[in-house]
Amino acid sequence: MELFVSSFLNVEVVWAARALLLQGFANTMLLIAIAVPLGLAGGLLLALLSLTPVRIARLLLAVWVDLFRALPPLVLLVFVYGGLPFAGLELGPLGSVAVAFLLNSSAYYAEILRAGIDSVPRGQWEAARSSGLSALDTLGWVVLPQAVRNVLPDLVSNTLEVVKLTSIASVVAMPELLYQARQAQSVTYNASPLVAAALIYLLLLWPLVRLLSRLEHRLPSRM
Amino acid sequence: MSGWELFLFSFLNLRVIAEYLPSIAAGFLLTVQLAALIIASGLALGLLLAVLRSLGSLVLSFAIVLFVDLFRAIPPLVLIVLLYFGLPNLGFAPSGFVCTWVVLALVLAAFAEEIVWAGILSVPRGQWEAARSTGLGFFATLRCVVLPQALRLAIAPLTNRTIAITKGTALGSVVAVSEILAQASAGVSFSSNPSPLTLGALAYLVLFAPMVLLARRIERRFAWRR
Amino acid sequence: MLSRPIIEARAIHKSFGPLKVLDGVDLVVAERELVFIIGPSGSGKSTLLRCLNRLEEPTSGHIVVDGIDVLAHRTDINALRRRIGMVFQSFNLYPHMTALGNVALALRRVVGLRRRDAEERARSALARVGLADKADAYPAQLSGGQQQRVAIARAVALEPRVMLFDEPTSALDPELVGSVLRVMRQLREGGMTMVVVSHEMEFARAAADRVLFMDGGRVIEQGPPDCLFGAPKSDRLRAFLRSLERH
Repeated sequence: MELFVSSFLNVEVVWAARALLLQGFANTMLLIAIAVPLGLAGGLLLALLSLTPVRIARLLLAVWVDLFRALPPLVLLVFVYGGLPFAGLELGPLGSVAVAFLLNSSAYYAEILRAGIDSVPRGQWEAARSSGLSALDTLGWVVLPQAVRNVLPDLVSNTLEVVKLTSIASVVAMPELLYQARQAQSVTYNASPLVAAALIYLLLLWPLVRLLSRLEHRLPSRM
Repeated sequence: MSGWELFLFSFLNLRVIAEYLPSIAAGFLLTVQLAALIIASGLALGLLLAVLRSLGSLVLSFAIVLFVDLFRAIPPLVLIVLLYFGLPNLGFAPSGFVCTWVVLALVLAAFAEEIVWAGILSVPRGQWEAARSTGLGFFATLRCVVLPQALRLAIAPLTNRTIAITKGTALGSVVAVSEILAQASAGVSFSSNPSPLTLGALAYLVLFAPMVLLARRIERRFAWRR
Repeated sequence: MLSRPIIEARAIHKSFGPLKVLDGVDLVVAERELVFIIGPSGSGKSTLLRCLNRLEEPTSGHIVVDGIDVLAHRTDINALRRRIGMVFQSFNLYPHMTALGNVALALRRVVGLRRRDAEERARSALARVGLADKADAYPAQLSGGQQQRVAIARAVALEPRVMLFDEPTSALDPELVGSVLRVMRQLREGGMTMVVVSHEMEFARAAADRVLFMDGGRVIEQGPPDCLFGAPKSDRLRAFLRSLERH
């Protein structure tokens, strides 16, 4: 038990690594601030494009989305970070993370938003258009607000996944929370910084998990 | 070399691909094993937890919710790294394979429990009452009447979630599991050519694209229930 | 007429938190008797019915059905429930099973019959309610009246000693009520002991041996249907009967 406390819950070690962990936390927040809006924007774009009446275009979009649903995000990230430089495209850790997350999470967000838009009755479009609203205004003021409401649990759930996924940036030497905790762990040969990182994620995301649990038990959810 | 030739040479270099095909095939097999273990144990544990939760014991439900919240909130890679690099301090060093399996199975169990539990909750009270009024016991009612309806509702979200979590086998590459990504990365550094990564990505697609297509079919087939 | 009582419920109290739903109700039902329970919504009549097979746990009181103490801890409640059939307002058929599957489930799992025997008995139960040709239909493919008859068959197949009906026709379109009442009348003629919570006054008048009027968690008045409907003694029953006539 003592061994467990000294090697997993060692406050001194964590305190010594505080600067490292803090910097890691800041970088994780930066990644979240980049990855979530990028994924949402990309997903919205894809969802809107898939409203096209052109069948072949819809099919291509579905293939695109499924491609990134089937590919592990870490594979994507390693490919962008380690593969593209051979084609003369050097994006660096942050750039690689941004591109990989755009491709991966926009596919998931697109699926969710498309389902949301599908769930809004046709009559809503017709009513709005017949009152003189433009297609864009109809979308922005009438359809999307209802669509987002209908799939809110799935949107929150996916955002939670994107936030957790930022930890894979550690693999391409992006000094985010996990990477820094691992650095501290390998220097001290003590696992407490990793436990601290896990706790920080827990503190950050627990409120979201609770919220989600309440949303999900209120309305039946898809994801 | 033209741009196209350069692209082919870099990303679809047949000589390099042929050289690393065997090792990536080995990685593929290992990934399939890992994925199968995760899916089987994760779904079984998730179902078991949902059944335990339906017993209505406050203490048990609280413990299950705590477990679920924990594994929903902490990134799986953090847990894998923690187990792999932390446990040796206690004089106990499970392989990266075991660490990845255990963590991803627990994460899948947490999500599966939530999904199945939501399904159980959605079965109307009257179904329980009708079955109990004919003399069926609690477990017979759960097994024959409630779970079939709950799982029907759960199957689409469950498939999607299972795919998303099973893709996490790639995280094993971080803790020395020689699955597809690890083999491909090793190939890239030995050959100084990214073609093994292309091959690795293709291997993942071969593994997961059928699952994604299956999930789409399931989603369409069970859509009427929502 | 009054052979030995098959249901004997004494001083039943039931509260949901501060809300008293049953306030000392006695209900004694003789074998082969048909007892009708009427009363405004919220009078506690459904709760009383659900206490009889312990779907609802009374706060206090004694219930004996067919010689067995319903509320005793050592009582095998599942074995007892087999002898108390129940029919619900909302049918509660299992949507993932055919009509035959609905009826056969308890025959297999509770009675312990083999599949073939269970299905044979289920078919004859379905035939008794006039649905022999619907054995392979799923509940969603049946009308409300047919669903309720399957639900009756599900209970009858277990050969219960008593049948409880909780507003069996309230969820039905008016034109479908007749088919369900016909089946209930058949059961009655076959000598089944029945306790029925319902608003079907004509049926009560024609078929019931005794009518109980409940209000505020108590039995206010009881007697043969002619007395109760023809010469109600209490103001509350008079008011209740008037309110029904208006509809």
